[in-house]
Amino acid sequence: MSEAVVSDPKAKVVIVGAGHAGGSAAAFLRQYGHEGPIVMIGEEPLLPYQRPPLSKAWLKGEADADSLALKPQEWYAEANVALRLEGVATSLNRGDRTVSLASGEVISYDFLILATGARARELPIPGADLSGVLALRTAADAEALKAALGPGKRLAVVGGGYVGLEAAASARALGAEATVIERESRVLARVACETLSTFFQDYHGARGVKFELNANVEAFEGADGHVTGVRLKGGEVVACDAALVGVGAHANVELAQDAGLECAGGIVVDLEARTSDPRVFAIGDVAHRPLPLYERQFRLESVPNALEQAKQAAAAIVGRAGPAPEVPWFWSDQYDLKLQIAGLPFDADSTIVRGDVAAAKFAVFHLKGDLVQAVEAVNAPPEFMAGKQLIAKRTPVSKTKLSDPAISMKEVAA
Amino acid sequence: MAKITYIEFDGTEHVLDVKPGLTVMEGAVKNNVPGIDADCGGACACATCHVYVDDAWADRTGEKSAMEESMLDFAENVEPTSRLSCQIKVSDALDGLVVRLPENQH
Ligand SMILES: Cc1cc2nc3c(=O)[nH]c(=O)nc-3n(C[C@H](O)[C@H](O)[C@H](O)COP(=O)(O)OP(=O)(O)OC[C@H]3O[C@@H](n4cnc5c(N)ncnc54)[C@H](O)[C@@H]3O)c2cc1C
Ligand code: FES
Repeated sequence: MSEAVVSDPKAKVVIVGAGHAGGSAAAFLRQYGHEGPIVMIGEEPLLPYQRPPLSKAWLKGEADADSLALKPQEWYAEANVALRLEGVATSLNRGDRTVSLASGEVISYDFLILATGARARELPIPGADLSGVLALRTAADAEALKAALGPGKRLAVVGGGYVGLEAAASARALGAEATVIERESRVLARVACETLSTFFQDYHGARGVKFELNANVEAFEGADGHVTGVRLKGGEVVACDAALVGVGAHANVELAQDAGLECAGGIVVDLEARTSDPRVFAIGDVAHRPLPLYERQFRLESVPNALEQAKQAAAAIVGRAGPAPEVPWFWSDQYDLKLQIAGLPFDADSTIVRGDVAAAKFAVFHLKGDLVQAVEAVNAPPEFMAGKQLIAKRTPVSKTKLSDPAISMKEVAA
Repeated sequence: MAKITYIEFDGTEHVLDVKPGLTVMEGAVKNNVPGIDADCGGACACATCHVYVDDAWADRTGEKSAMEESMLDFAENVEPTSRLSCQIKVSDALDGLVVRLPENQH
């Protein structure tokens, strides 16, 4: 593009995807004083909402739908954010600067924010279309899952990631049985260290969750169109009333890809969340973003990431300084455990366990030399908070002090 | 409804009617008050909903849990009146509450 793209607080901004990232971008634009029109297109019938409670508090019946919504209905009218809910963007025309919808509507933009998120990966195996074979990505998915849980019901969870484990914990809280089926030799294999995997598996096991590890799922078995079991390679069948498939997510990059924007598993963006087209931003789960702390590009799936990038895009559009860079972080709630993870264990060459694993109060630090790259903290907020600061500041730590829980994190981080 | 006044670091005031049952954090976020990010949506996991509660209200906003205490311990610009606003439930007894926001949440 030869044309210089300037910031413009009066520009018309179109947001595709009314999820956590898209909804937050609209909110930050208005917080930052953006005066131009904002149009938000979202495939789901709901106003932007938070997904984390779908596998946690909401599933257990501890949070209602209103509390999930990012903003109440009135806010959109007051803030002059036009909504096209149940609207699907089908193509971008970057030359004309327009977005076409399935309804036939064509909407023009000065700036476009792609916040199309990710969708649950499906298992291409027989029986995947039986009723009772569920995913957990949307509120509608969560409704279907909740309806399938209750005393005496049996849930099979295919995939031992965070969403799967949280769903298993919630299922137990609702009196259902749960079996987690995992292809790897441990749960959380792709996202957590071995100490944490073992700890979580034991904790779930002690609360009645069963595990099938090193298990390859061959098919879903059914009767009368409804799932009755998950068949593993080797012939064993895990009987169930519902099967939740939680085997990761695909970024929804198709719109961007078809429009010729640079993609690499996600839409490639810079630190302003700008794509290879200066008028187009991509934020949230769909973005393949720089991680300056780790000198890499990566796709993150977390709320803090969605919020940080929503701020980056909004700031770039209105022409104010971007937000302070953040350490990637994530949390998960299971039973009475609060897991908080900061950083990513890239290039780590040693780990230090601090605290008492048996007492469910500990943290695993991942270090590269004497720099903290990541910390995984279970019921250990000081380790999480101080660890996050150490990662941001790149201050070397004494491993001896870090391994000694008698020395406070304040002193370790000093 | 409880009237709650949120005062941004630069002095901008937001006087809002917040429904009992919501948290002080939710009252701010649902009305798009700048300065309360609430990354974790109220899970007491992020400390980006930090506010200062006027002393006069300290009794009525309740005790801090151990979790809240230890999160705050490592937040920036912490004062004795600091609270995580997602841990304060709004009730009629909080009608008139005033909270101030810190310079930043990170
Ligand atoms: C069950 C569950 C639990 C989670 N727990 C946590 C947690 O504890 N902590 C954490 O940090 N993160 C958690 N996450 C991840 C977090 O929810 C996501 O990172 C976040 O929602 C990303 O926001 P997003 O806006 O990028 O994507 P989404 O929230 O997925 O929103 C994208 C939206 O775009 C819409 N869309 C896509 N294509 C189009 C199109 N062509 N036209 C119109 N609309 C379109 C989709 O329908 C969707 O509504 C969890 C996710 C799930 C599913
Ligand atoms: S919103 Fe995260 S701690 Fe309050």
